[in-house]
Amino acid sequence: MALRRRRKRDEQAAVEQEAVEQAAVEQEAVEQAAVEQEAELAVEAEVGSTPVEEEDESEPESERASFRNRLATARGTFSGFLASVASRGVDDATWEELEDALVLADAGVGTATSVLDRLKERAKAEKIADPEALVAMLKSQLAEDLGGRDLELGTDGSPAVWLFVGVNGVGKTTTIGKLAAREVRGGRKVVLAAGDTFRAAAAEQLGMWADRSGAELVRGAAGADPSSVIYDAIEHAASAGVPLVMADTAGRLQNRTNLMEELAKIHRVAGKGPGTVTEVLLVIDASTGQNGLAQARRFTESAELTGVVLTKLDGSAKGGIVMAVQNELDVPVKLVGLGEGLDDLVEFDAAEFAEALFS
Amino acid sequence: MFDSLSNRFEGIFKRWRGLGTLRESDVDEVLREIRLALLEADVNLHVVRGFQERVRQRCVGAEVHKALNPVEQVIKFVHEELIATLGGETLEITHPAKPPTVVLLAGLQGSGKTTNAAKLASWFKQQGRNPMLVGADLRRPAAVEQLRTLGASIGVPVFSEPSDPVKVARLGVAEAVASSRDVVICDTAGRLAIDEEMMEQVGQISDAIEPHYKFLVVDAMTGQDAVTTAESFHAVLALDGVILTKVDGDARGGAALSVKEVVGRPIAFSSTGEKIDEFELFHPDRVASRILGMGDALTLIEKAEQVYEEAEAEAAAAKLLEGEFTLEDFLDQMRQLKKMGSLQDLVGMLPGTPPELRKAEIEDEKIAQVEAIICSMTPQERATPRIVDGSRRQRIASGSGTRPSEVSQLLRQFSEVQRMMKKMGGGKRPGSGRKKPKKGRRGSRVTPPGSQQKKPGKPKLTLPGLEDGEFDLSSLR
Repeated sequence: MALRRRRKRDEQAAVEQEAVEQAAVEQEAVEQAAVEQEAELAVEAEVGSTPVEEEDESEPESERASFRNRLATARGTFSGFLASVASRGVDDATWEELEDALVLADAGVGTATSVLDRLKERAKAEKIADPEALVAMLKSQLAEDLGGRDLELGTDGSPAVWLFVGVNGVGKTTTIGKLAAREVRGGRKVVLAAGDTFRAAAAEQLGMWADRSGAELVRGAAGADPSSVIYDAIEHAASAGVPLVMADTAGRLQNRTNLMEELAKIHRVAGKGPGTVTEVLLVIDASTGQNGLAQARRFTESAELTGVVLTKLDGSAKGGIVMAVQNELDVPVKLVGLGEGLDDLVEFDAAEFAEALFS
Repeated sequence: MFDSLSNRFEGIFKRWRGLGTLRESDVDEVLREIRLALLEADVNLHVVRGFQERVRQRCVGAEVHKALNPVEQVIKFVHEELIATLGGETLEITHPAKPPTVVLLAGLQGSGKTTNAAKLASWFKQQGRNPMLVGADLRRPAAVEQLRTLGASIGVPVFSEPSDPVKVARLGVAEAVASSRDVVICDTAGRLAIDEEMMEQVGQISDAIEPHYKFLVVDAMTGQDAVTTAESFHAVLALDGVILTKVDGDARGGAALSVKEVVGRPIAFSSTGEKIDEFELFHPDRVASRILGMGDALTLIEKAEQVYEEAEAEAAAAKLLEGEFTLEDFLDQMRQLKKMGSLQDLVGMLPGTPPELRKAEIEDEKIAQVEAIICSMTPQERATPRIVDGSRRQRIASGSGTRPSEVSQLLRQFSEVQRMMKKMGGGKRPGSGRKKPKKGRRGSRVTPPGSQQKKPGKPKLTLPGLEDGEFDLSSLR
């Protein structure tokens, strides 16, 4: 089957080549369609081209604001969810509604129960009788659980290698594009490795992000061995003195053993050359349900995760599954995706996240 | 996908099955367990409440059925409600008198619209149609290239131009008319349900091309939010159905139930793998049976019918029973099996497959290996594997790129199968009625309405091992 699949990939590769050539004209035009974004980028790129040290200080501030503003827009329609809770004293119905809220945020019944059990004890000890105070207490408890982690992405290595993994369609390629833009803006040179050699036009997609962000792209032929593509990218970065490689990988469902073995190999091979794998980031779609925990379990088995990127949190989904992930596997959420724009990737803020769960 | 949910139900019902009578407190407990199972499967909380309530009311007001004990009756209610929730009937695609049939795909980012546009095109092609694809996702970088690549691989033309999605869609349909294509499938950009501008745009696309079918593409791994998404898209588009993707993952797929409940339209198709042909019409009744651990015998039988020539089957069966089953036949069977799809899927469809086996991933590579080994043997060796000695084994191993130990292992397994087959031949004739699967821990005592009873008009297929569950597929690992 591996053979069959490879053969199929090869066939696809040939077809893809054709189609790509055919679409080359198209591609340029499509890019033009994104002219607005490009214009935005041009401005950003200019800022980025003059690396300013002080920017580090001002950036978290703007990021937090962005997180809050964006979530506020997204949540506007859903606010007042707990309004009914506030109008009564704390009773069984209150607890039930809190559980419902957690379950509806995809925290899962198990997590919801354990969170609320702890809250119950604290509420009892502190004699909380006011529902609003109770909700505030719950939010701070959740923020405590989720916060206090080191969210810095590791850059020790020459080059440092960041590996992006996850199931299909969660936004790995887009995340890399945005993060590359951020790093380039911060004055770091970046090589993007097109390790998704399976999905049609995945490398083209990453290539467009490379152009937008000002990073360099290293790609292999469609259907090529992803490990070797990534290895080549690392070697290239090392010889060109580029300090950071971001490696894309094909989306894979965590129950496909052979694909997970492929990922383990990618992880192994990426650490063999001159580079050091400092981050393995699992990208999770905020709309993911309880399966997210299974994803995190299996992906960390194959490629020791160092963090989670929670994408598409600007939608109506609340991404509560990361609570279970962090709780069980102690893998922190490091980044949050809040939109399709280049600068829509921000550092995770536990307090804002907890707040948003109940808006 | 639904397998792990079915494991949960199996666990619940196993505990209660032995009970002859059911008190009201028992019903409550069963319902609580079902609630938990459904929530863990990501069925939306509100949908779960409705489901629970309907089952409870039926339990309370139930007349006692003589043939079923009370527990079985509850299972029957749950099963029927599951079918009802999942959408009852399989969607039948009809085509307008004046072609083309226009299909619009919409959904969140990353749900799989582009891939499934191509899969759907391929499906229509198999139905003898002449589809065309329209790439109206001008937003995601390289989305149109992806569609073109996929289109090229299945021989379906792709229309797109870098202008405006509404215009592309309209021109695409016009192009289909001009080039006498009878089905047009329009891919659109992924959009969030709360992005008003983008939602308005997809409404405009829909108005421009007046699709006959508007499908929402939903990731099977979606959690509680599936309801919000489905509601929003339904409000704008008046959906005709849902395409459920990534069903081959281990998500429990509760989103399917939620979405159906909210939209009131059936799950039309499900995408069951990365390959372009891993895409099929959705059969709610069969899936409901699978959730309850009854297997999906009907789908299996249909699949078998598609690929297994009746005469071949008869001949193979006859040989089997006489104990003349050779490696040659074994290879044949393997190849037939492969045509039916991935082994893992097939095993999941067998009624009464033990959960651990159902979960196990049966690697199709192993089959390729077996094939290679058998193909490296001489006809004589295939007929009489006994003669394979050390040097022959070495030759076969190097010929097939395997290790001698793997050759030995295969031969050992084969002789085991052969021995089993002989035993079967000596005893009851397979095909003389459904036997309880040997490995199954419980047979399906409840008859799901209109599913498993409905036997096709043809003689019963005697696909060795499969129908009778004697051939342990795990031995292939």
